[in-house]
Amino acid sequence: MSGFTLDDLRTVMRECVGVDESVDLAGDIGDVAFAELGYDSLAVLELASQVQRTWGVPLTDTPALEARTPGAFVAYVNDNLTEAGR
Amino acid sequence: MGPSGTAVVTGIGVIAPTGMGTDAHWQAVLAGKPGIGRISRFDPSGYPVRLAGEVPGFVAREALPGRLVPQTDRWTHLALWAARAALDDAGVDPAALPEYAMAVVTSSSSGGTEFGQHEMERLYRKGPSWVGAYQSIAWFYAATTGQISIRHGMRGPCGVLATEQAGGLDAIGQARRVLRDEAELVVTGGTDASLCPYGLTAQLATGRLSTVEDAARAYLPFDVDASGYVPGEGGAILVLRDAAAVPPGAGYGVVAGYAAGFDPPPGSDRPRVLRRTLERALADAGCAPSDVDVVFADGLAVPAEDLAEARAISEVFGPGGVPVTVPKTLTGRLYGGGSALDAATALLALREGVVPPTAGTSRLAPGCDLDLVTGAPRRSAPRTAVVLARGHGGFASALVLRAVRGRDADGRGTTGVTEER
Repeated sequence: MSGFTLDDLRTVMRECVGVDESVDLAGDIGDVAFAELGYDSLAVLELASQVQRTWGVPLTDTPALEARTPGAFVAYVNDNLTEAGR
Repeated sequence: MGPSGTAVVTGIGVIAPTGMGTDAHWQAVLAGKPGIGRISRFDPSGYPVRLAGEVPGFVAREALPGRLVPQTDRWTHLALWAARAALDDAGVDPAALPEYAMAVVTSSSSGGTEFGQHEMERLYRKGPSWVGAYQSIAWFYAATTGQISIRHGMRGPCGVLATEQAGGLDAIGQARRVLRDEAELVVTGGTDASLCPYGLTAQLATGRLSTVEDAARAYLPFDVDASGYVPGEGGAILVLRDAAAVPPGAGYGVVAGYAAGFDPPPGSDRPRVLRRTLERALADAGCAPSDVDVVFADGLAVPAEDLAEARAISEVFGPGGVPVTVPKTLTGRLYGGGSALDAATALLALREGVVPPTAGTSRLAPGCDLDLVTGAPRRSAPRTAVVLARGHGGFASALVLRAVRGRDADGRGTTGVTEER
């Protein structure tokens, strides 16, 4: 399936927002809370900002920033990609 | 009030043009090995100042946790590294101490200029949505204090001092106050890293940077050829603890006295404040000028400022009355990190019993009647050191540091700890 995947999110997390050594990003992180991955609200805001620019999808509204897990974040991005006609 | 009211420096973390780590720094200082060279962090060919002191070999992505690097400026990177080094040096495990009993007080001169420049470039090249969320926390003066506090779980009374080159001493002075009031441990000192086009351009506005191209002749405080100073990056982080928490004889030295002042406005007929600040710091330490074994001078290398500082020193100690040194000639002036590094160097001098030399300066300017230590270290077994610092715009601070072990000239006490009030 095309669209925005968890691996795409992993790439942005690794390259743009940073990951602590104690976090296994390659693991099953879909349902792990951002907080447990060392991501506070500002980190999620930065994540949304990076994805918005790279993927051309508006994400700075509240639902994207309220995503508590990478899985929820990916789902929200894909919903918006669909709406954008991708 | 802390149990003893006496602040002991128990850990030092140096990250400076002289090297990463306290030992590397001290060996470079003793050997007179300079850390000044052509700016490599950007192409300086279009700028009138092309020399600087850069920290060699620091790679943030290798030295720091992955999450911290993209959300902080280089000046914070340097401080985070140095803070960890200082805590390790002090043998402190922050997780074993109450979090509200540990505080962080650092100095910052210009905040996160390199980070800020990067975000500004994105703003005017690509638009507002390209400015990163971390600009909101990376640039500002307290960012270093905050990141050290978060990383090590230190939730006591934290703060930041922004008094340019005087800031390192002012941070240590505030750290001592916090230690006396309520904290058991304070991480203090400071760093700076403004060697980017934006940061350098802001510094150029003072007109006090040297444009001499020969690295060995560019920064010559108190010399007849003084031509301004060379900028640098880095600094030092110190761990302060109350003497009651430290085994007798342990640590580098005691923060025995501190004072800060501010110059009267230009054109005033009132005297400048450095001499009185020095005298107040000595009074705070309860020591006479004759008790002081070495002065680490501010050494701006601007002739009128050199003369003013030399006169202040001579008025207090007598002409040539005390050994004076300016080891920062090896690093350039590090702004928010500068006097913190001077304090670290002074503490190492007290511990090792050696006064490190001033590099470069060879002919004292007329009126600078100083016993300036040049050429080689002087093994004079100093027990008490004074550090002077002036910050752009009128800040002046003085710190008195005393060796931990042994007796002073009057035979009072067996340690620097017990003899203090």
